[in-house]
Amino acid sequence: MSMATLLTFTPWPALSAAILLMLLVAALYLARDTAHQAIHAAAAAVARGLRVASRSVTHAREHLAARNREVLLAAGREAKERIVEREFARVGDTVRKDLAGYPDMHRRLSVAIQRIEEDQQQAVEVPPEVPGWAEAVKVVADLDAHNAGADILADIHKSMVRAHTEAMGDYRKASGERHALLRRMMPDWRLIQETLARVNKSVESVIGRSQAIDRHMEEYEAIVRGEDRAVSVLSSSSIVYFFISALVLAVATAGTAVNFTLIARPMAEMVGGTNYIGAYRTADIAALVVIMVEISMGLFLMESLRITRLFPVIGALTEKIRVRMVVTTFLILLLMASIEAGLAYMREVLLLDEMATNALLRGDSSASIVSAHLWITTAAQMGMGFVLPFALVFVAIPLETFVHSLRTVVGLTGIAFLQLLALLLRLLGNASRHLGVLAQRAYDLPLFVPLWIEMRMRAAAHAAATADRAMRRDSWKEARI
Amino acid sequence: MKCRLLLLSLAVALGGCAPSAPHNTGVYLLVDTSGSYNRQVKKAEQITLYALSRLQSADSIAVARIDTGSFTEKDIIAKATLDDRPSTANQQKRAFASRVEQFIDQSAPAPYTDITGGLLQAIEFLNEKHTARKEILILSDMKEELAKGYVRDIPLDFKGFDVVALNVTKLRADNFDPRQYLGRLDEWRARVEKGGGHWRVINDLDRLDGLL
Repeated sequence: MSMATLLTFTPWPALSAAILLMLLVAALYLARDTAHQAIHAAAAAVARGLRVASRSVTHAREHLAARNREVLLAAGREAKERIVEREFARVGDTVRKDLAGYPDMHRRLSVAIQRIEEDQQQAVEVPPEVPGWAEAVKVVADLDAHNAGADILADIHKSMVRAHTEAMGDYRKASGERHALLRRMMPDWRLIQETLARVNKSVESVIGRSQAIDRHMEEYEAIVRGEDRAVSVLSSSSIVYFFISALVLAVATAGTAVNFTLIARPMAEMVGGTNYIGAYRTADIAALVVIMVEISMGLFLMESLRITRLFPVIGALTEKIRVRMVVTTFLILLLMASIEAGLAYMREVLLLDEMATNALLRGDSSASIVSAHLWITTAAQMGMGFVLPFALVFVAIPLETFVHSLRTVVGLTGIAFLQLLALLLRLLGNASRHLGVLAQRAYDLPLFVPLWIEMRMRAAAHAAATADRAMRRDSWKEARI
Repeated sequence: MKCRLLLLSLAVALGGCAPSAPHNTGVYLLVDTSGSYNRQVKKAEQITLYALSRLQSADSIAVARIDTGSFTEKDIIAKATLDDRPSTANQQKRAFASRVEQFIDQSAPAPYTDITGGLLQAIEFLNEKHTARKEILILSDMKEELAKGYVRDIPLDFKGFDVVALNVTKLRADNFDPRQYLGRLDEWRARVEKGGGHWRVINDLDRLDGLL
């Protein structure tokens, strides 16, 4: 039934419209309470549902936060254990190195000190003999024997001069020997000084390491206790590690792309340039596989060297097998790097061949002239082909950091998302309640006339009731009086 | 559930390993050696060299002449399918270019022009090669003159073929009445398109960029 039909039940459409409007308003007015209840119930149901959903999301967020905290603390604990373990290993190395050399050092020091003592004893200055002739000379000189004493004195003088000369010679010789002994002490002093300096350095290193261990142990204890500060530090560290490792991985990806470019073209000579697997050339896939194998070997090498700990199985291998694995993976890497260098050389040869052919096809004879300095690019390509596989080995370190920090970062992102979702659901719940009220008001809007009449009637009834009560009160007061 | 997953993995693996659709190109160059066009034959070298420079490993190329009866392998001057290995493909290209150069130096004019026969031979050759893309290049004035006894009023199947008429020169009669030239081209266009092919004309050989 169209609008036009509806407006034709009286000859005047305006009148029909007015009647219809009045009927509609009357119907709406009669259904007002029910409609309000329905709107209220619907809005309340939606609001309640959203609030429940918000609470559920909040609960999930708390659960995720607790889980993330556990993961973070576990990761932090493991990292600290590794650091402390490494520090202890370093201290152990230092102590072992110094203690292993200690008997030898002690012996050398003892020998040096003993030698110094001996030299020192030998170098003691012998006091010059007291001249014994002086009193005898005086006695002889006092004798009055007519020049008989002069001869004796002359002889004594001669003997004294001779004895003095001999004594001076002996004295000089003894002094020289003493000086030589003192000079000989110098290397021993130096040896002692150097040995003690070495000992001092080792002791300082051990003290430094022990301080670092103390610091790490304090942090470790804070992590074990699950302190909020420790969690906060670990979270921020994880985010920093995540971005740094992502950056390094991006650089490694660029390196991989360069590596791929170096070997993709010559790979076509090996596996053919026209075979496809799906939508990709087999040669490209082969080049990519070679690079992936290199990266895998790099990962295994790093694992075997215990630099990274991505595969617990490799870490748990016995020392002998681990060393064998290190050697094997390194040899495979060396082989791959050599192959890549060869392929890089082949690439240059192919490129030259293609350039020459294209020049011939273009009829350009000058383009085929080979530059004398072309060996530089060839050597550079070969060098890159050889070095890049080894450079990609180190991808394992940022990869490990990335994998570990990714868990935390994903957890933190999830927490933030759930928090936002809970807030949004809560807001929507509130909005739904307010929308219900708004819908009730909007429902009342076309009913303003009957509502106004109702309000007036209520006011009049209220006034009448008030007047009636006042009249009764007055009559009661009068009756009491 | 596990069985389904296994089957799905198997299907994906088989899909990945299945032989993929060919990506190669086949080019067949028909060179008109009739009396009215023989002077233009030298341009065949330019087109051949251009085509060779565009072709990759596993692509096929053939150069054939259009003479009195062109529906024969004897008219194929040189043909090659480029090797998988790029270095060998380059050697093949150089050898091919050399053979075409020899032909151009020794080319003799033919009394008649059997374009349809050449096209039939080209279709046969390219269909045998199973190339993904098939290009027939015709270096001719497109004026067909058949010797007595040659029946060429047969439908041609150009499905999947690009037919490119190159350097379609105007004949003396065309200058008097250009409708002959335009009519000739329209006639060939209709014939190719009726056979399910795609028709193009490139008269400026310095602008072959769109070709191949």
